Amino acid sequence: MTRNSIVFDNVSYNFGKKEIFKNLSFEVPAGQTVGIMGPSGTGKTTLLRLMGGQIQPDNGTILVEGKDINKIKRAELFELRKCLGMLFQSGALFSDLTVFENVAFPLKEHTRLNGEMIRYLVLIKLNSVGLRGAAHLFPRELSGGMQRRVALARAMALDPKLIMYDEPFTGLDPIALGVISNLIKDVGSVYECTNVIVSHDIEETARISNLLYVLSEGEIIGQGSPQDLKKDDSPRLKQFLNGLPDGPVPFHYPAPEYLDSLIGVKNTKRTIIKRDD
Amino acid sequence: MQSLKIEVLVGVFLLLSLLCLGFLAVKVSGFSLGKSNDRYLLYSHFEQVGGLTVRSKVAISGVEIGQVLAIEYDQETMNAKVTLEIDSSISSIPSDSTASILTEGLLGSKYISISLGAEDQTLSGGDEIFDTQSAVILEELIGKFLIEQF
Amino acid sequence: MLIHALRRIGRFGFEMLSSMGRALRLLSSALIRRPDHRNIPLIIGQIYQLGVLSILIIVCSGFAIGAVLALQGYTQLVRVGSESALGLGVALVLVMEIGPVVSALLFAGRAGSAVTAEIGLMKATEQLASMEMIGVDPISRIIAPRFWGGFIVLPLLALMFSVVGIWAGSLVAVDWLGVYSGSFWSVMEQGVDFFDHVMKGIIKSIVFGFVVIWISLYQGYDSLPTSEGLSKATTNTVVFSSVWILVLDFFLTLMMFEL
Repeated sequence: MTRNSIVFDNVSYNFGKKEIFKNLSFEVPAGQTVGIMGPSGTGKTTLLRLMGGQIQPDNGTILVEGKDINKIKRAELFELRKCLGMLFQSGALFSDLTVFENVAFPLKEHTRLNGEMIRYLVLIKLNSVGLRGAAHLFPRELSGGMQRRVALARAMALDPKLIMYDEPFTGLDPIALGVISNLIKDVGSVYECTNVIVSHDIEETARISNLLYVLSEGEIIGQGSPQDLKKDDSPRLKQFLNGLPDGPVPFHYPAPEYLDSLIGVKNTKRTIIKRDD
Repeated sequence: MQSLKIEVLVGVFLLLSLLCLGFLAVKVSGFSLGKSNDRYLLYSHFEQVGGLTVRSKVAISGVEIGQVLAIEYDQETMNAKVTLEIDSSISSIPSDSTASILTEGLLGSKYISISLGAEDQTLSGGDEIFDTQSAVILEELIGKFLIEQF
Repeated sequence: MLIHALRRIGRFGFEMLSSMGRALRLLSSALIRRPDHRNIPLIIGQIYQLGVLSILIIVCSGFAIGAVLALQGYTQLVRVGSESALGLGVALVLVMEIGPVVSALLFAGRAGSAVTAEIGLMKATEQLASMEMIGVDPISRIIAPRFWGGFIVLPLLALMFSVVGIWAGSLVAVDWLGVYSGSFWSVMEQGVDFFDHVMKGIIKSIVFGFVVIWISLYQGYDSLPTSEGLSKATTNTVVFSSVWILVLDFFLTLMMFEL
């Protein structure tokens, strides 16, 4: 039986005049680890914010755990978010609370457990990310990698059905990166929860995901298991997977002709570099 | 422990500001709750109240015994009706006493001075002081003086 | 050229209106909600942050201003021989005008800018977004306690300011310049009315507290999550608060003191 955690149906989203997504449709099956990859600036973080209901699409519907996230009431939305976890790129820990209090925060807010019970749960979660010893420290006293692990413990605190990760692998040294990616994998298998990883790190994401989507310029240009994607030979996908600097995804930001800019010809009409694909 | 310290300091802060309010009320504005409790009202009519305001003081021999509660225009008598609030400990004001509007110092504020009469009968709540002396308007005086000169 | 200018005016007006709309929405969503008993410790924390930590600056400024008022007032009054009215003058000016206004200006600089920076930084580091994703509304947990804290605190600080100022004035007038202490206090007591002067001053500072904390919260919440955005937001807090305090002071005086 395949139940879907997240369904995007014909979603369009514009930021100002810039079209970020047009008619985007895809599903995230429950219990799977799904990677959404794409070059920087394709709106991956925007995608997560759409999933979390923090922003609204201009068109189309988004179902999260079977609920239309833009139609439900505000109270229902906050109720739904209790079973979602999100790991922000910066960790986004509350800077005036200790590590312990950060992880305890969702528990204190959403459960009626007594202090002793909360203490047990927090220590269990912190132990699973290996930071039980750092419980009394403030976030600023931890390295970036450790902060992200604490944030993961906090995201897991309420045993969510779905955890979303925003660029979990950027800015980490190889050891911290290995730690985080193993933790994410464990979360998927041990807690049986759906993982959605948004990243541009191809290798790590492919290593732990069952299903990959590749996003470019607001569209899905490739999808399937990591093995399938490697076989696909569409030029855009190849460029992204092999890391070629120029190709269908241009190296240059749209600009007037190079020579004209240098010799100072004033082009009132902008000549946009034409793509030849 | 941290939160205990904060709570104590906040408590001290609130208490201090309450004390400040008390200081402003009692020491600075002479406000006291006891005063207004037992008072009685007297009325009097004046031709001219120029400069007298609500809460101006009412005094006998310069000693404050009450204040002006209201000043309004009386359509029947066609002059100003002033309501006085008198401390109930002052109970023996003779009924033929005179109320006059005087000025404290040369440029000070107006107040009502009651000069006592000789009757045995005394005024009680709701009575009227019939004998009144209106406010002296400085400009009128000067005007009169000038007219007499020429 | 004219069209260009008109367009700029139009755009400016549109931006101003839409930002006022956003500020109103923030305020209404912070105020219109069920009271939450879990917020009480947070409000106490904010009273500490915004109030207790501002006492020092309020007391120092109040002392200085009270002393200066007494000195200046004395040099003028002694010429017409009515230095006994010095206490009255100092007290009226402090209670009705300088106390509420200057303490609100100091509050905007000391506490308002801090609130803006704190909230702006929370937004920039995604703390607000992550709180939202945990299923806790940051408006009720972050914005509302700060609003109530600031709203409660400013009138209290203004009271302290006035009292310290009057005390400093009495030190200068009575203990230093030799004004007779009996007349200093009794003329003050007779001239100052609790409802006519003291209460109206308190009403002023309640209005100022409302406006300053609202501006501070809105500027932080609406700031761009960059370093320029944050610095602009804190500057805006101080500038807008100060201008609003002075403009509102004029209109409140006009309304309350029946001129």
